[in-house]
Amino acid sequence: MVVDAGAAADRPRRLYADSGLPDRLFRGVATGGGALVLAVMLLVGGFLTYRGWQALREAGWSFVTTAQWDPDARHFGIAAVITGTVLIAGVAIVFAVPLAIGTALYISEYAPFRLRRTLVSTIDLMAAVPSVVYGLWGLFFLQGKVIGLARWLSTYFGWIPLFKVDGADPNDPLATATVYTASTFVAGMVVAMMVTPIICSVIREVFSQAPIGEREGAYALGATRWGMIRSVVLPFGKGGMIGGTMLGLGRALGETIGVYMIISPVFVVQPHILQAGASSVSSLIALRYGEATPFAMSALMAAGLALFLMTLVVNFAASSIVARSRSGATAE
Amino acid sequence: MTTDATEARGATAPGSPTPAPPAGAAPTGTTLPDRTAVAPAHERRRATTTLRGTDVYAMLGSAAASLSLTWLFFTRLAPFSGGLGFVVFAYVLFLALYALLVSFDENGPAVRDRIASAIVHSLAVILLVALAFVVVYTLWSGRKALPHTNFFTQGMKHAGPLDPLTVGGIRHAMIGTLIQIGIALALTVPAGLLCAVFLNEVPGRFSRFVRTVVEAMTALPSVVAGLFIYATVILSLGVPLSGLAAALAISVMMLPIIIRASDVVIRLVPGTLREASYALGSPRWRTVWHVVLPTARSGLTTAVILGTARGVGETSPVLLTAGFTAVTNLDPGNGPMVSLPLATFEFVKSPQPAMIARGFGTAATLLVLVLILFVIARTIGGRGPGELTRRGTHRRVVASRRDQKRFAERAAARASMAYSGPTTHHVQSPDPGPAQGVDGS
Repeated sequence: MVVDAGAAADRPRRLYADSGLPDRLFRGVATGGGALVLAVMLLVGGFLTYRGWQALREAGWSFVTTAQWDPDARHFGIAAVITGTVLIAGVAIVFAVPLAIGTALYISEYAPFRLRRTLVSTIDLMAAVPSVVYGLWGLFFLQGKVIGLARWLSTYFGWIPLFKVDGADPNDPLATATVYTASTFVAGMVVAMMVTPIICSVIREVFSQAPIGEREGAYALGATRWGMIRSVVLPFGKGGMIGGTMLGLGRALGETIGVYMIISPVFVVQPHILQAGASSVSSLIALRYGEATPFAMSALMAAGLALFLMTLVVNFAASSIVARSRSGATAE
Repeated sequence: MTTDATEARGATAPGSPTPAPPAGAAPTGTTLPDRTAVAPAHERRRATTTLRGTDVYAMLGSAAASLSLTWLFFTRLAPFSGGLGFVVFAYVLFLALYALLVSFDENGPAVRDRIASAIVHSLAVILLVALAFVVVYTLWSGRKALPHTNFFTQGMKHAGPLDPLTVGGIRHAMIGTLIQIGIALALTVPAGLLCAVFLNEVPGRFSRFVRTVVEAMTALPSVVAGLFIYATVILSLGVPLSGLAAALAISVMMLPIIIRASDVVIRLVPGTLREASYALGSPRWRTVWHVVLPTARSGLTTAVILGTARGVGETSPVLLTAGFTAVTNLDPGNGPMVSLPLATFEFVKSPQPAMIARGFGTAATLLVLVLILFVIARTIGGRGPGELTRRGTHRRVVASRRDQKRFAERAAARASMAYSGPTTHHVQSPDPGPAQGVDGS
């Protein structure tokens, strides 16, 4: 009984600290700033959804199955542009990921100590180079150089549907090479140049956090450097590698100007990555916004919304994978 | 035998057999075993370098072998051709030969180690060379336009597409870029920093939600940001295609980038510094203003500059919102205004060589601008919060000494006052004063 009474009297105290008016003001202002940013962000998302809704309601499910883009005739869909976007991003990732992992390994494991800071800065700088510069490079330099590779791939691997090129005759020496330009492949390579530094800096960050104790343990057990990397660094950095790749993928999906400069737009589902003619959501918007009627604008908004949702899913998946991986934990 | 004697003998007559100690001599000091007989006199230091001669020979040998074999294949044996094919063929051959050479005197894991090392090195070289090439290519292609002074002092008002490079320039685009990025910075820096402070200093469910939304908005494709501003500000509110609309589009894109980067930097401020400030009795806003922000200053500057570099280079939001003009427009609220990336994009659309040269010149200017911004960011914020340069350390030491002197003077003054003053009954302990020492700058 006495114990009960004591427990009742001994309630947890209410913690209270009055920090004064200036502090309350500060909290108010800071919260206001956060709310302002939140409002802007929600406005962007909300407005996109609101304006896109009109077109989405009109089109229904045909929005995702139609390849043509003719909103004023009420015949439009994102089948072609989404396929094109995914293919361009896929090509970019195929080129970017091995390069990024190799460079990240080099910087964190092989490079001399004095060089490391310089290399890290170089990679970060490359992530800041404007995409129009990469686009110029792709348009005026890479495009012409890739024709040989594209022709070789389509000649010997044309039996794979992805590498097939319609209208190309490898036996005709006078055949024009334009059928191999302005393709998904070239655009993907340009986008790869843009996303590799981003992927590389995420992966390098994670690799350099691999616990020193485990590294030395591997060496003490007689591992070679590659053995150590395979048994310690790569398993530790797996989450970072996947997350970094997906961050790069998100960026690649949304890339506009580099793609827009390279490709010649087509509005059919174009699975042949080496053939001239490609499409992406972002270049569709850049191409059609100017002469759009209100309904066409709504359709473009819907396409933009679809793109945004795609990058959103990819980015959230990436950050949750990075957060859930062991990266950042140390060994005891 | 004493140690001295052994050393002396070893120094004078290395390698000579040690004579046996006299039988009758009794040991006087510490008896040491005779080392000279066991150890060879010329013991060489072990080489601790990881690079060995055999490795270098194996690498050079396999490189030479693969080059000559590839040359043989491409010119004599097989109907191969093409530069890229040559490189790929030679590289694969090099890896195979290298593995073979190393396997002569190493075991399996060591061979795999060497091959992996070769592959990692070549991947890094490919990437760095490709990236450096993009930069050099742009600057090199811009060499035709850049030497003309009029390229920087004139707009394109009087220059047609067929005019040579001696007429017309990118003054309008440079001014446009400065105005647009200026407006964007004036909007995003206060909002972004305030939001980052909010995320860190007012924790709770609401700030977690804001952080999630900000993270989501970094995924917003830049063209969609442009489309948003085009649909709201231009179509709905009736603002014309202008520099202001472009600046707003850039702001929508830059805001999440700056918030995320500054959020990370502010989170890195050591908790002990904050707690020390609270322990000295300073309220939250004073702690933020005098401790958190100064500590994170270099990182915050970096975040802003990196965000600026991204914003300066964005083409697609500007493409949708700024319009295009050939004349210099100083009024952001009225009439189209061009920026450097947009001018590049529009120049290279033209098939005329002079216009393409102008496009490359503009791209080179933009690239140099980004490079400068980046170098500034690295110089200011290359180090984490709390890490100081030598000059910074010196400044802080001087400030600390000044404070110490001031406190001592104040304590002395109070002590003398207490001594002379009739009303004071006890000598006050030296008061360290308000939290001025915390700031340190």
